Amino acid sequence: MSAKIRVLAAKPGLDGHDRGIKVVCNALRNAGMEVIYTGLRQTPHQIVSAALQEDVDVIALSILSGAHNTLLPKVADMLREKHAEHVLVIAGGIIPREDITLLKEKGIHEVFGPGTTTREIVAFIQNHFTQEKTGKVDG
Amino acid sequence: MENKLKEIRDEAKQWADGLLSKKPFPKHYTDWGAPIKPLYTPEDFNELEYLEGVGFPGEYPFTRGIHPSMYLGRTWTMRQYSGFGTPEETNKRYKYLLEQGQTGLSIAFDLPTQIGYDSDHPVSEGEVGKVGVAIDSLQDMETLFQDLPLDKLSTSMTINAPAAILLAMYIAVGEKQGVRPSKLRGTIQNDILKEYTARGTYIFPPRPSIKLITDTFAFCSNNVPEWNTVNVGGYHLREAGCSAVQEIAFAFSNAIAYIEAALEAGLGIDSFAPRISWIFNTHNKIFEEVAKYRAARKVWADLLRFRFKAKDPRSWMLRFHTQTSGVSLIAQQPENNIIRVAYQALAAILGGAQSLAVCSFDEALAIPTEKSVRLSLRTQQILEHEAGVTDTVDPLGGSYYIESLTKKMEKEITELIAKIDDMGGAVAAIEKGFVQKEIQARANAIQREIEEKSRILVGLNEFKVEEELDVSLFKSDPEQAKNQIERLHRLRKTRDETKCNTALLAVRKAAERDENLMPHFIEAVKAYATLGEICDVLRDVFGEYHPDRTF
Repeated sequence: MSAKIRVLAAKPGLDGHDRGIKVVCNALRNAGMEVIYTGLRQTPHQIVSAALQEDVDVIALSILSGAHNTLLPKVADMLREKHAEHVLVIAGGIIPREDITLLKEKGIHEVFGPGTTTREIVAFIQNHFTQEKTGKVDG
Repeated sequence: MENKLKEIRDEAKQWADGLLSKKPFPKHYTDWGAPIKPLYTPEDFNELEYLEGVGFPGEYPFTRGIHPSMYLGRTWTMRQYSGFGTPEETNKRYKYLLEQGQTGLSIAFDLPTQIGYDSDHPVSEGEVGKVGVAIDSLQDMETLFQDLPLDKLSTSMTINAPAAILLAMYIAVGEKQGVRPSKLRGTIQNDILKEYTARGTYIFPPRPSIKLITDTFAFCSNNVPEWNTVNVGGYHLREAGCSAVQEIAFAFSNAIAYIEAALEAGLGIDSFAPRISWIFNTHNKIFEEVAKYRAARKVWADLLRFRFKAKDPRSWMLRFHTQTSGVSLIAQQPENNIIRVAYQALAAILGGAQSLAVCSFDEALAIPTEKSVRLSLRTQQILEHEAGVTDTVDPLGGSYYIESLTKKMEKEITELIAKIDDMGGAVAAIEKGFVQKEIQARANAIQREIEEKSRILVGLNEFKVEEELDVSLFKSDPEQAKNQIERLHRLRKTRDETKCNTALLAVRKAAERDENLMPHFIEAVKAYATLGEICDVLRDVFGEYHPDRTF
């Protein structure tokens, strides 16, 4: 795609582990995306408002506090309420496997666990938008 | 002597040239990027400088250890970091750990507690009892220490922004048990500066936060003399990405800021410096970690003795707890972590730690189970009783490599501290974003090395297997948060509301007048004001710190 992919990187919940999200932010920027980082302790409401205001294509959520089942579906729900389902929502952090299935059902497109390379994340985002453009994916 | 050294140098060169003519050595570098020689010889360690540079255990400069007999006299404290769910449940885990031979407690608090929110606050939703135990009021603290006599325990609390309030609760629990404050032993982390750069559980801006630290120094030196009023952390800085040298230098610079604030408030250096304790991170590279601790002890002794003119040798001593590295744990083939933490624990003990926590192998996936925590404790007990590492003091002292590394690290740590001094100290360096940028740059570099495979991590980017996860993980009980909130609501209905409000008002007035807040915190928690209510008063007076959005 010609326009740069715009990403909002956010930390929902109260945990302060931001090494991962900052490394991902850096990698996405190096891959040519525009990245806005919210900082720590963002509520789902704050995240969705920022995403709409910044008109982003992707929301990348990082959470290591264990509150993912409570907070991540809220982000997806609020996006739907605002008719912004087109925004790709991905997540990363310490999230047990059985919860990943549940989160995907609730509208989180992909969950990246510990050990994921930044290349995999970059490729996932780029593929999503390439395929969306050629109409191969439901979005 | 000189001739002999020259002879050694010549022979070493011949040896190296002989090898090099066959095949070039692979190049290795320290954690902070300095080249490592293929062989260290007497020319790397001048034994004639032994008395000034190394010395004897228990004596300045403490390179070989802070106690004369080290583990021959007393072994280290085995203190696993633990806490989850409700106070009842964590109380059970503590009793289990003590029955299994653990010798001290280390409380993990949940995030709402660490950030000063009650369990029923909207932002606490989903977080209550998750990464630690939920403490809303003195009532919870009483339950947490049910049947655990405080005069027989030493308790470490990983709590920072509201540390003074949790200490007030501990003092109040002691009082209820009939234990005087002077008999209480333990530690509050109380190290706010690294929260802004690495750990993230800040509440207030730096200035009032540092004032709270000074309050605890002043109060404890008069009332709770055995208490470690601050546990300055290199641990979290290292987890966030910095090197071994940066870990020590950044942590020391933070401590210098606390010391300067306390001196400015009129405290005498020897009234509080002996109660400064430390938490460091023991990472993968065994020899560098040992050298790090040896160098750190000497740098700290010099700082306190010469820069701050401390007279009491106890002020010069670097007493530290260490935990093996959480970030080094790998989720893939998690059993491999058992081996990683065992090597790290070995390095910690060879480095002369006073207290140790060994991460559990399943921590890259969840809160550890009872079984995995027991394995961590057994790792320590095997080191103590079977491995022979405690038979003599500082067994690696005198190794050409270790002594040379120790000296190099001492130089680099000292230089980095000087650099931060030139910026105006730790607070200024953090405000300028210097510390954050340094940490971030290295975190990015490490990730790049992993992805390019110039840094091999077993099971992650090499020696991989396709596997289904075959470990049973800890599951938290969703009912616990509900129970915790119900208990909080019952407390609010049953406590003496007038007494509680009067105490909260006293906290507000003292905060506005810049008085020492400790006595007011003690009164407030005894009136069962909640942690969230007390922190709300302080938020109102001090303001809040806003998160950093740079990357």
